[in-house]
Amino acid sequence: MNVQVEPAKLKAKDFASDQEVRWCPGCGDYAILKAVQMALANMGAEPDNTVFVSGIGCAARFPYYMATYGFHTIHGRAPAVASGVKLANPDLDVWIVSGDGDSLSIGGNHLLHVLRRNMDVQFLLFNNEIYGLTKGQYSPTSRVGQKSPSTPQGSVDAPVDACTFALGCNARFVARGIDIQAKDLGHVFTRARDHKGASFVEIIQNCIVFNDDAFAHFTEKSVAKETQIHVAHGEKLIYGAESNKGLRIKPGSFELEAVTIGENGITEDDILVHDETNKVLASLLVAMKPPSMPVALGVIYCDPAPSYEQAVKDQVEAAKAKGLGDMDTLLRSGSTWTVS
Amino acid sequence: MNLQTDPSKGDGADGVQMSEADTDSIVVRFAGDSGDGVQLLGGQFAQATALDHNSLATFPDFPAEIRAPIGTTYGVSAFQIKFGSRMIKTSGDSPDVLVALNPAALKVNYKDLRTGGLIILDAGSFTERNLKKAGFDVDPREDGTLGGHRTIEIDISSLTLEATKPFDVTQKEALRGKNMWTLGLIYWMYDRSTDATEKFVAGKFGADSAVAQANIAALKAGHAYGETAEVSGDIQQTRVAEVEFAPGEYRLVTGAEALSWGLVAGCQLAGIDMTFCSYPITPSSPILHILSRLKNFGVTTFQAEDEIAAACSAIGASYAGNMGITASSGPGIALKTEAIGLAISTELPLVIVNTQRAGPSTGLPTKTEQSDLFLSVWGRNGDAPMVVLSAKSPSDCFETGIEAVRLATKYMTPVFLLSDGYIANAAEPWLIPSLSDYKPFPVSYRSEAEGFQPFSRDDETLARPWVKPGTPGLTHRIGGIEKADGSGNISYDPENHQRMTDLRTNKIAGIAKDIPAQAVELGNEGGKLAVVGWGSTFGPINRAVANMRDAGLDVAHIHIRNLWPLPENLIDLLGKFENVLVAEMNNGQMLTFLRSQTRQDIDGHLKVTGQPLTIKEVEDAIRARVQN
Repeated sequence: MNVQVEPAKLKAKDFASDQEVRWCPGCGDYAILKAVQMALANMGAEPDNTVFVSGIGCAARFPYYMATYGFHTIHGRAPAVASGVKLANPDLDVWIVSGDGDSLSIGGNHLLHVLRRNMDVQFLLFNNEIYGLTKGQYSPTSRVGQKSPSTPQGSVDAPVDACTFALGCNARFVARGIDIQAKDLGHVFTRARDHKGASFVEIIQNCIVFNDDAFAHFTEKSVAKETQIHVAHGEKLIYGAESNKGLRIKPGSFELEAVTIGENGITEDDILVHDETNKVLASLLVAMKPPSMPVALGVIYCDPAPSYEQAVKDQVEAAKAKGLGDMDTLLRSGSTWTVS
Repeated sequence: MNLQTDPSKGDGADGVQMSEADTDSIVVRFAGDSGDGVQLLGGQFAQATALDHNSLATFPDFPAEIRAPIGTTYGVSAFQIKFGSRMIKTSGDSPDVLVALNPAALKVNYKDLRTGGLIILDAGSFTERNLKKAGFDVDPREDGTLGGHRTIEIDISSLTLEATKPFDVTQKEALRGKNMWTLGLIYWMYDRSTDATEKFVAGKFGADSAVAQANIAALKAGHAYGETAEVSGDIQQTRVAEVEFAPGEYRLVTGAEALSWGLVAGCQLAGIDMTFCSYPITPSSPILHILSRLKNFGVTTFQAEDEIAAACSAIGASYAGNMGITASSGPGIALKTEAIGLAISTELPLVIVNTQRAGPSTGLPTKTEQSDLFLSVWGRNGDAPMVVLSAKSPSDCFETGIEAVRLATKYMTPVFLLSDGYIANAAEPWLIPSLSDYKPFPVSYRSEAEGFQPFSRDDETLARPWVKPGTPGLTHRIGGIEKADGSGNISYDPENHQRMTDLRTNKIAGIAKDIPAQAVELGNEGGKLAVVGWGSTFGPINRAVANMRDAGLDVAHIHIRNLWPLPENLIDLLGKFENVLVAEMNNGQMLTFLRSQTRQDIDGHLKVTGQPLTIKEVEDAIRARVQN
């Protein structure tokens, strides 16, 4: 039976709690919060059925500002708590909000497992390449040489790339957005929520206090068009202010190459078409970095597979279908004897 | 009751090592290589013993290595059983009979045998190589090492190969039947039927399989050997009279089984589904295995990626309205402590089972200890009170499991449920209860939006309302940051933190009114000496106190189940004794704990050998403190 339910016509502000938002003025988190609230309203999400789970860090305060159910847990463990929520009630719409330290350092293990299990949650990773709440130490995504209170001479360890990590964990949905691009974020959030299984979204987020302009080289309006490529399934991988740049497989190699249409005999036919189900392409796209390559944004990979909590629920239901357990029978199973 | 005692006791110094009033029971220890199937042998013998209406207690004692190098002393696995015609409370201090399937098994175990005990050896395994591996320079059968014991040598290896010859099995498979041959012999010695084991073997390997037939042939050959040997006078058959159990239906149960079932029963009485989240660890894993087969009871099991995730996902499940339960052992529990603090702060129900093992750190994974008392009562950052319960025996795990769910859901609090390696693996006969014997305690979720505050409190229990996400109109946020009394909003207000800390403390302290008063297990409510125990030391303490009371000493046994909050009358009760002796398997945790609570001068009998307390050592500790 296909019953058409009139979606509640909520507005973005209906998803905002009565709590005063306490991020630093100018923090990228404000824009993301707005974008999430707007996207939920547009999707017709139900606040009563929505749960935001977070760990520790600036981003982790997110649930307090949402007029939904929310659980602010402990450092790095949000995916584990969210997994329990989803296992107990698969009908809930569960979102995890995390930062680069929370999910790629202390909580790296849980991010790995929530993705590879394909638990049906949305995982939003706010990546600002810095520890904000503890006052500016370098993070696992900070670039080599990052000066910080704990690395006065510059950090020496190589960073992890969030989306590459997610693909390596067998995530079935990987997307990327930028805090200030509300419309694109909204689209990504909608796709993420519609995707059954773990949806991983990296959000490039500016920390105005401890790592200001870390991403300016590709987020600034003046350079954005030349340094960003917004991918869409089935469409050519074309970008640039004049839409004359594109990506192709570099002849004789196994890597992507940024080319200009009309130069060196390149035509539009040479440009790759984005296939979001192609994991190899996805792994090449997420690894692209300016200045030689544009930053890939949008839904980079989406190839659904059965979700974990559904498979678990199916096993429970199958066991129940064979007959509900009876305690007294269970206690008397196996060898017993009677004394009269 | 005309009881025929073990004839082997007639031989040596009669019962000198034994406790008083302990002659109507027999202790047998089976020992062999960890690949010899000793645990299966013991388990089968326990089952047959139970079916013959003897009382019994078992003690499986095995190495942490799954298959240690063959023939080495550290690869020795043992299974001890005490059975008799009276109520058996421990698995026995010293064996009357030791069955050693190789020299290493003899080396590790012969010193425990009581003087005049019987040793049955697999002579076929006493090769020069095996003797050397076991660390015997000289064959112990020849240099008087085993003097004072009766020794019967049987080439069990050869006899097993002989018995299994007609079947299409490899020599390796045939030799695996050694445990069955031995079991057959022991069945004959104590006049037990081989029927149940034959059925078990047929069920395990398939009735028509060569392996099953070979095993059954070995079992029967061992049994037949007993009859023949009796003719020659080597071994005599002993029959142990039935115990007069109270009427009812019985079964054998291990602590891991009873605990798992108790948790499920608790959830049924509460009317909620269980989400059990755990990470494999010895000796706690059997709970995960058992519960994973009970999905038709609405149980969801989740093997998490680590101990922290196990605790956190259980908390998430409770937040969503299920009974979230996690289980582990010492090191795993240590990893869960931060998450437990979150459950305390957010006031969510949670049960954490700790099957304690010897520590610190990895310690002795397969050996028992009760040294996580401090960790349970005090081991968290901040002022973080929670309920702590302990089970005293395998069957008591069922009751304690139910109680843990009751307190967790009624008071919106995490509850520690302490078991240990001994209880988890040991088996005992159990008068099977019915679920209808227990009063249901259905949980109620808040659904009324009017006047809702996430941290409002029930006047009586001080519990906050439990709201399932998905409930219309009750959206709210919780977390580990200090929250304003009532609204639950983030609060850094100094006075609010004082008030919330007091509320959390008082909520748990108030549970003392909702638990049974501390009873005296044995003896009077006052006198010269109270022996205080908790957890799996119940058996040896109870038997020792009974024996000493029979000997005329003024001594009582008090066993504490509710470790936090303590029963309201406990401190007064202890004050009625001139002396209090705590007997426990740790370096003085209950001792220190009770001293801090009572300011009484309390004494301790403490042991951390990875082995259960013996009756004799508790008796000695009592005698050292009380005279006639």
